Amino acid sequence: MNELLKLIEKNARYEVKDLSACLAEDEGVLNKKIEDYEKDGVIAGYHTIINWEKADVEITKAIIFVSCVPERVAGYDKIAERIGRYSEVESLYLISGKAEFLLQVNGKNMREVSNFVAHKLAPTEGVNGTETMFVLKEYKKYGVSFFEDGNDGERLLVTP
Amino acid sequence: MIFDEEINQTIRYIKPSGIRKFFDIAATRKGVVSLGVGEPDFITPWHIREAAIHAIEKGRTFYTGNKGLPVLQEAICAYYKRRFHIDYAPKENVIVTVGGSEGIDVVLRALCKPGDEIILPTPAYVAYAAIIEMAGAKVVEIELKEEEQFKLTPEALKNALSEKTKAVILNFPGNPTGGIMTREDYAKIVPIIKESGIFAVTDEIYAELTYEGKHVSIAEFEEIKDRVVIINGFSKAYSMTGYRVGYILGHKDLIAMFNKIHQYTIMCASTPSQYAAIEAAYNGDDDIEEMFQSFKQRRNYIVRELNRIGLKTHMPQGAFYVFPSIKCTGMSSQDFCETLLEEENLALVPGDAFGQAGEGYVRISYAYSLEEIKIAIEKLEHFLKVHS
Repeated sequence: MNELLKLIEKNARYEVKDLSACLAEDEGVLNKKIEDYEKDGVIAGYHTIINWEKADVEITKAIIFVSCVPERVAGYDKIAERIGRYSEVESLYLISGKAEFLLQVNGKNMREVSNFVAHKLAPTEGVNGTETMFVLKEYKKYGVSFFEDGNDGERLLVTP
Repeated sequence: MIFDEEINQTIRYIKPSGIRKFFDIAATRKGVVSLGVGEPDFITPWHIREAAIHAIEKGRTFYTGNKGLPVLQEAICAYYKRRFHIDYAPKENVIVTVGGSEGIDVVLRALCKPGDEIILPTPAYVAYAAIIEMAGAKVVEIELKEEEQFKLTPEALKNALSEKTKAVILNFPGNPTGGIMTREDYAKIVPIIKESGIFAVTDEIYAELTYEGKHVSIAEFEEIKDRVVIINGFSKAYSMTGYRVGYILGHKDLIAMFNKIHQYTIMCASTPSQYAAIEAAYNGDDDIEEMFQSFKQRRNYIVRELNRIGLKTHMPQGAFYVFPSIKCTGMSSQDFCETLLEEENLALVPGDAFGQAGEGYVRISYAYSLEEIKIAIEKLEHFLKVHS
């Protein structure tokens, strides 16, 4: 497993000089590696995990199953590309099971998400059905738990 | 003290742990930053915690057999075979103990007769010498040297041997030095152990935290395997210190003797904790790997930083401690740590708590987040500037 990627996947804010100490690698070498990963799309972006509820900002999220018929030659990729272009779509997966795609969609409110489904997603060429589930509460995102009273075990100050 | 004359005189004259004393001072202060802890900072992985909860839910809260749950004995033997390639039989060669600590006590009490000598490489974990003395035997120290990467050398072992020697204690990777022994290192001392007919008591609690190459147990050497007693446990590898589950592995006739002490003093290890340990032994290899990587990165970080701020620090090959020399400051390790706590509110452990051989050193634990280590390094850097 790539140690560098694993480290910055958990915390994108590590400084290169600290990464260099932890991984016992030269700073210049690491900078070059990161640059190459960015160029090659291995590092596809840097995001911050925000608990919007706590920030008191209202956003509406929905999980949507999308059924569709694959196209000749291009299969599902062409339809995925069409759906993925919408900025409302936060994540998009081809899945096994009852539908072909699973989407995570963000909007300011329910109406905005509904409009997206009715006017943009459902009429997309190749799409023949959608099932929308609104998210009521987020508990954990990208491996980070939003529970506050999780762990309160305390270590002693000095032990043998 | 009022009961001094009535109490067992051996206990009376045992020195209280130097760490305990230091803890008492640190505990009176507010906002102390500490790199003084001898346990991992990770919370026990959830699947292991859940196994303990499930055991309680199912009412698995009765005593187990003295030597532990048979499934756990099997899990431990399978683990030793899988990770370290050593065969032990679940029914004959294992006792599940209350942490490695009970293992140390049981083994040393069973082996030591009054007048026996036990060879103890130091600086060493604080419990060995005290338990040896409580058992009425004499500690013969071998000083492990920084310039030899804190390894036990054949010359030092030979010099320490006498007619009265009963056993040598091995703790590699070691607390507090982080020193390890490779297969080649052991190959040099195995013939001495074989020839002299002593026991090798090997505390392998930090085995999974071996950074260069894999951990080698001295029990791998078939020619002395019958005279090797392994003490290990779940605390450090799976971050399960509070569960108190350890074990002893050894020859069946020794195990039968050890079990006499264990059954009369302890009865058995905590039952829900034993169920958690089964889950760890069978399904915890990935957890070991994840924590290992994290400790290795912190080790690299802290060694570079300590050397940068002027504390000469040897790169330890195991455990989660660094043991830098503070001789450049001219202070004793007690003075250094007490002044550091006083002036910077930073708690480290003075090296002499681990025996006289630790004088001139301090033990720094890196079982802390990088952020905590950074703050501690800043404090230490400031302290060194003021005192240089």
